Amino acid sequence: MPSIRQNAYPDVLPDFRNLAVIARVLLAVNALALAAALYASPGVTAALEHFFYIAAFLEPLLLIELIALFALAGGLARLPYWGGCSALVGLVVALAGAYHRVVRAIAAAPQLASLPRTLVLTVVVAVFLLLYFHLHTKAFSPALAEARLQALQARIRPHFLFNSLNAVLALIRRDPKRAERSLEDLADLFRTLMADARQFVRLADEIALLERYADIEQLRLGDRLRIAWELDAAPSDALLPPMVLQPLLENAVYHGVEPGTGTGDVLVRIERRGDRVHAAIENPYLEKGNQRAGNRMALDNIRERLALFFDAEARLETRIANGRYRVDIEIPYRRT
Amino acid sequence: MIRVFIADDEAPARERLRELLQDIATEVPSVVAGEARNGLEALERLPESGAQILLLDIRMPGMDGLELARHLTGLENAPAVVFVTAHDKHAIEAFELNALDYLLKPVRAERLAAALKKAAAAGAPRAETLARAAGAPREYLSVAERHRIVLVPVRDILFLRAEQKYVTVRTSEREHLIEESLVALEREFSGPFVRIHRNCLVARAAIRGFERTGGGEEEAHWQVVLDGVAERLPVSRRQWPTVRELIADK
Repeated sequence: MPSIRQNAYPDVLPDFRNLAVIARVLLAVNALALAAALYASPGVTAALEHFFYIAAFLEPLLLIELIALFALAGGLARLPYWGGCSALVGLVVALAGAYHRVVRAIAAAPQLASLPRTLVLTVVVAVFLLLYFHLHTKAFSPALAEARLQALQARIRPHFLFNSLNAVLALIRRDPKRAERSLEDLADLFRTLMADARQFVRLADEIALLERYADIEQLRLGDRLRIAWELDAAPSDALLPPMVLQPLLENAVYHGVEPGTGTGDVLVRIERRGDRVHAAIENPYLEKGNQRAGNRMALDNIRERLALFFDAEARLETRIANGRYRVDIEIPYRRT
Repeated sequence: MIRVFIADDEAPARERLRELLQDIATEVPSVVAGEARNGLEALERLPESGAQILLLDIRMPGMDGLELARHLTGLENAPAVVFVTAHDKHAIEAFELNALDYLLKPVRAERLAAALKKAAAAGAPRAETLARAAGAPREYLSVAERHRIVLVPVRDILFLRAEQKYVTVRTSEREHLIEESLVALEREFSGPFVRIHRNCLVARAAIRGFERTGGGEEEAHWQVVLDGVAERLPVSRRQWPTVRELIADK
């Protein structure tokens, strides 16, 4: 059980298997090289020439480093943050040293920098990039604190809490067993809300939470709420940030079912497509439901958290078509 | 025996109220005269149920409790109303200002008993009190007949015209007479309606265009051409600049 910490997101190394991270490293290193060339040369033409010369040496090294990091990403991530940083710097410096020697041996490169200089530059660039990723994560961490708060507020939203309690009270005499189960469901929901929002959870656990929540709503709304679950192709071992799907289902009920007088059909579909996990939640689009505030905020927050956990590899889209409102989420398929 | 009507969209909530009414039966004898799952259903069933007190959920689909209560005031034997809500900040604030009765969910037996006694003594709420408590414009206007309430959806209304004691409500189908003041209607529906004359409000969406008429002996003036009816409505000289501007924005 993770402890409940009130402050920021725990420090973790960037995920070197994430395309966006790789792209950022490539861009940053080349930008630094260009800046160095501009600084060292008298004119732009000379600078470009200089840059191509540096690049000829730099790009192969950069690729080797990235491939190594890609391969060792799992191992590095298991180390504590500072240990991971040290191991990473050690690794890139060792690779740079070896590369330097190979180049020296096979090519006549008169302007090749000395070995110590190559090593020092490598350390500087590596530390600079680690700092950059560290700050990047920090910049997003308010979203997490906010998400917890919002989720908590949404659940403590009197409308949900008091109506649920009222529904359970009505059950106690007629169906004590069901009443017990509903209180347990409520307890589970609140427990998840008060847990740490910064750790990945297994999809199976998130689905269990969805079902608990759906049970409570079903109790209140009866046959006005009809949920179709399409979960056969859901990879139960996939990892995702907590409280991503439940708020979406809650929105679907709150905006798409409760304001209507008839039966509201909600669809929950989660499936794996190759190395992606795809989730869709769909509900009737009611003009009245749309006026209820709060939907936008919840979506923005989920989008931010997906960006924090998956960078540019996650996607969240909403659309209205044929009288249905639909949210689609796509994340990379990751396992423990 | 007090005849009680229960309106709430959640079945367990209705069940809970029924149980509580039984629990307090020795103190406040009552019988459930009817139930409804939303505002429209309540409006349909309540008049013939002979209910004296209505236990009314505020947030319901179809038509919310506040609007329902406003339409019921037109009934000859309008019931007393006790609002029941899980929490509706706006409504509760409005109620406290207007001294309407409400219970919070989950409802306690003692509080329900007290509210029933108080409501039985107080009788039906006044229309003005409810209007002041309402947060949003109504979706319907209502015409009270003897034992029934006819609803006219506001979005179907083409124009509202004051004639002596009444206001004529014109839709493309027919017209109704209601006993409300045009000034209050103008205030409530200032968004979708525009005043074109001292005695007339027109639905902006229904305006097709304007015609100039008169000339010669008579002084020329503008008339509104409407969708759905042949009748032309005169625009007063005083309102013309405002009306023209509003329509230009459209």
